[in-house]
Amino acid sequence: MASDPRAASSFEEGLKGASEKVAEFQHEADTLKRLQHWLHQTPSAVPLIVLLVSLVIFGVVADNFFKATTLSTILQQIAIVGILGCAQTLVILTAGIDLSVGATAVFSSVIMGQFTFRYGLPAELAIVIGLACGAAIGAVNGVLVAYMRLPPFIVTLGTWQIILASNFIYSKNETIRSSDIEAQAPALRFWGEDVTFYGTPRPAEGVDPASVQSAFVTLDAMPGTGVKVLYAVFLLILLVAIMAYVLRSTAWGRHVYATGDDPDAAALAGVPTKKVLIQVYALAGFFCAIAGWVMIGRFGSVSPTASTGQLGNIQSITAVVIGGISLFGGRGSIVGMFFGALIVGVFEMGLRLVGTDPQWTFFLIGVLIIFAVAVDQWIRKVSG
Amino acid sequence: MAPKGILITASDTKAIVDSVKSAREAGLLVIALDTPLEPIDAADATFATDNFKAGLLIGQWAAAKMGDEAANAKIAMLDLAISQPSVDVLRDQGFLTGFGIDTVDIAKWGDETDPRIVGNEVTAGNEEGGLKAMEALLAKNPDINVVYTINEPSAAGAYEALKAAGKTALIVSVDGGCPGVEDVKSGVIGATSQQYPLLMASLGIEAIAKFAADGTRPAPTEGKDFFDTGVSLITDQAAEGVESIDSVKGLELCWG
Repeated sequence: MASDPRAASSFEEGLKGASEKVAEFQHEADTLKRLQHWLHQTPSAVPLIVLLVSLVIFGVVADNFFKATTLSTILQQIAIVGILGCAQTLVILTAGIDLSVGATAVFSSVIMGQFTFRYGLPAELAIVIGLACGAAIGAVNGVLVAYMRLPPFIVTLGTWQIILASNFIYSKNETIRSSDIEAQAPALRFWGEDVTFYGTPRPAEGVDPASVQSAFVTLDAMPGTGVKVLYAVFLLILLVAIMAYVLRSTAWGRHVYATGDDPDAAALAGVPTKKVLIQVYALAGFFCAIAGWVMIGRFGSVSPTASTGQLGNIQSITAVVIGGISLFGGRGSIVGMFFGALIVGVFEMGLRLVGTDPQWTFFLIGVLIIFAVAVDQWIRKVSG
Repeated sequence: MAPKGILITASDTKAIVDSVKSAREAGLLVIALDTPLEPIDAADATFATDNFKAGLLIGQWAAAKMGDEAANAKIAMLDLAISQPSVDVLRDQGFLTGFGIDTVDIAKWGDETDPRIVGNEVTAGNEEGGLKAMEALLAKNPDINVVYTINEPSAAGAYEALKAAGKTALIVSVDGGCPGVEDVKSGVIGATSQQYPLLMASLGIEAIAKFAADGTRPAPTEGKDFFDTGVSLITDQAAEGVESIDSVKGLELCWG
């Protein structure tokens, strides 16, 4: 105490020598703390830095890496995982997890294919039905999580197996061949179409091909000319951009974060948490069905045995975690997930071009996952 | 009635050996179908197609088809799995042998040093895997002109990747399932070695029935350590010196 109150002649005098400042937060000048704070504010920064560093490293050590075709190949290779990652991001932001994403995607693609070829529906209608089935499957997950209060891990572990089995039973394990789809239902392959940059457009009939100049953007380029970017890649970027806006700047998006951060507090604050959960899972299912549609475009065929059915969940969770989204819910950004998926794609392609044993890819991805979660824990301490 | 025999198609051909041993000690006849165990005599008999020969035939066909250009081939090898199950190794090494490439250790794929091989990638034997593997190899070398594939679904995936890149290549494969033979007919796959899995299964069941009836054990095909259910090369572009049947005949014999 600055002075002895009993010695003071008046009450006011007792304040003499005391601090006259208003209460305030002490910002420590420590750069590490400031970094921690900045990372807390910008959850996609860490994956972006890792991505840039890995791009530079592979650009130096791997031949052919910094070529436009290689980079566009990486983008198209992550298109499906990225869209599944959008679904997974939503669910993980609510502190849940969805193991059924890959199976939902494959089953939806099978429904789109079989409704077209087995029942003779127009492909466009079959696609709508497939998308609706995906959303319905997601909604079932959501109801089980929100109203039955079952843990998301268990619910989706169960539905993953159920969906995958239904997929094999319903499809009779038959593949619909690429040439049939191309001839009869080109709409199914929509996302496999591409835009070519710096390619040579196909000449009109009677025009000498040699006289046609290469154009900046062409929709129908001569094979082997220019850099192709699949519609699927644009779709992924569009979905990430839309969801980044929705999650950051709409009431619904803030409700998703609030539900994941502290469901009780969110409910007390008037967030309809159960409804939000069901909407999140249904939207995730819808995204999975979109991924299923993209799969047909990418692979050309409809195959119930596609690896995505078994591995889509792990791949999407990997992208989400490396993307800096907290598995405890309520923290992270979908843009980070996009960078996370890109990091995996860059590692896979880069290590292939270097020519190492493919097992090193898995090894390094594993290291990255643990690194990402450790960084997440460290950043969380800023608020603790 | 107690069981008398087991027909098994192993996915891990080494790990299963101990379990097979206890089954045989319990008096069961164990017949390995399609995929030999390692060692092959871990089972009482193996009813299989000759996977090495299946690879050999498509390798010879591809070499004959290319003629002198075979010396400058750029080859993509689309294999099955990292674990290298025997079917994976036999088809791969058979193809290389048929094409005239030194396999180094014939019990292993991927150790070859011939510069004509652009690289090995695994596909899990489906379209998705074939597509991704082919895209990766095309990034490594866009001039690939020969593609070996472990089976026809992965060949279909590889074809999509080539088509998207505006390239064409000689694609060869193994299996002879009906969709695969259709792909030979439409020109997606240049040649495929057709195998007869239904024959493996039916002959296997008959062998167990015979064993249950009078204790006779099945004998291997002469000169081989397994019972060979046969293989034929299917192509619509017959190459000189390599026996083959066309896709019309192949469609009569196909399965799946």
